[in-house]
Amino acid sequence: MPIAEQQTQATQGSSDKSWHGIVLQTLKRNEISLIPYVPDRVLTPLIKNLHADPFFTTFATAREEEAVGIVSGAWMGGRRGAVLMQTSGFATLANTLASLAVPYQIPLIMFVSERGTLGEFNYGQSLVCRTMRPVLDSLALEHHTITRLDELEFIADRSIKQAVTTQAPVALILNPLLTGGKTFDK
Amino acid sequence: MKTRNTKIMNRFDVTKRLIAKLKHQEAVVGGIGNTNFDLWAAGHRPQNFYMLGSMGLAFPIALGVALAQPDRRVFALEGDGSLLMQLGALSTIATLKPKNLIMIVMDNGIYQITGAQPTPAASVADIVAIATGSGLARSSWAADEEDFERLVDEAMSASEPSLIAVRIDDKPGVGTTRRDPVQIRERFMHGLGVREPL
Repeated sequence: MPIAEQQTQATQGSSDKSWHGIVLQTLKRNEISLIPYVPDRVLTPLIKNLHADPFFTTFATAREEEAVGIVSGAWMGGRRGAVLMQTSGFATLANTLASLAVPYQIPLIMFVSERGTLGEFNYGQSLVCRTMRPVLDSLALEHHTITRLDELEFIADRSIKQAVTTQAPVALILNPLLTGGKTFDK
Repeated sequence: MKTRNTKIMNRFDVTKRLIAKLKHQEAVVGGIGNTNFDLWAAGHRPQNFYMLGSMGLAFPIALGVALAQPDRRVFALEGDGSLLMQLGALSTIATLKPKNLIMIVMDNGIYQITGAQPTPAASVADIVAIATGSGLARSSWAADEEDFERLVDEAMSASEPSLIAVRIDDKPGVGTTRRDPVQIRERFMHGLGVREPL
């Protein structure tokens, strides 16, 4: 069994101290209740627990752009949301970031499960990963790569609050050092 | 598609007919280009939101508003070309079934604003059939202006999301939206009662 899956299974029982338990609690504490996502293997325990918690409205969208549109509309209607995706999904967002989230000053909160590094087995994933930070930097978007469990809550909580108060998007990149990542299976 | 027995209407006229029916501060999200130009030209309302890019996201943005404010009816105006760019949104909406969301598709079968190149909706793709196949059972073509108004009235009290497709002519939009995204967003939030002006 891949190490990432072993870690995932080991942490599912103690959700408060697992990375996904901390993310869920941080979302809830910041009253972020609308969570559209495009699925990702690493995010699976988080997505499962969001579905199980009636505080959250969580559902899959066909594309990441669509999810950004949904949480943007929800923000304008007074409800907070966040989008979950993986690296390749972020790569589809440059136009939406540059024409919706940034110019309209919408506090778009993105959680990106990082593929393409630290043991990636798919060449396409490793290439698309290299486009992510240059796109974020080219729009001067706030982003943090989270590698340590003991820093996760601080970074996520502070970044969400900063996004809301400064009305600016933020990308929280969940590195394999934090999540275990996805390793070669078959 | 050419085979349908539906009248070719005009976007600005249909938009004005819609706006005249709104008595309860309903939200209206205008897609890029002509759909929001005609929404603007029909007379600005604080509950109007105008997209300046992000082609295809009028329905997702409206879905977000509808999920945030379930007691307010939310309309979205989209073109056939824009909708074809983001068809997956229809099945997302069909899954969530927000009863307060009403989607209007202005189908002229062309990318009017970029030089009138034909879209597949002109020849092979049927927007209502696509919407129905995506799970949106309340999807219909408006036969004429009177039928459009009737469908809007029905959608206002429907218990699931509605999609109304309108065949329109090739006329460009009548007005030009003021391209000030921060002000558009802020005034929309005031109009939805989310914020007070400074």
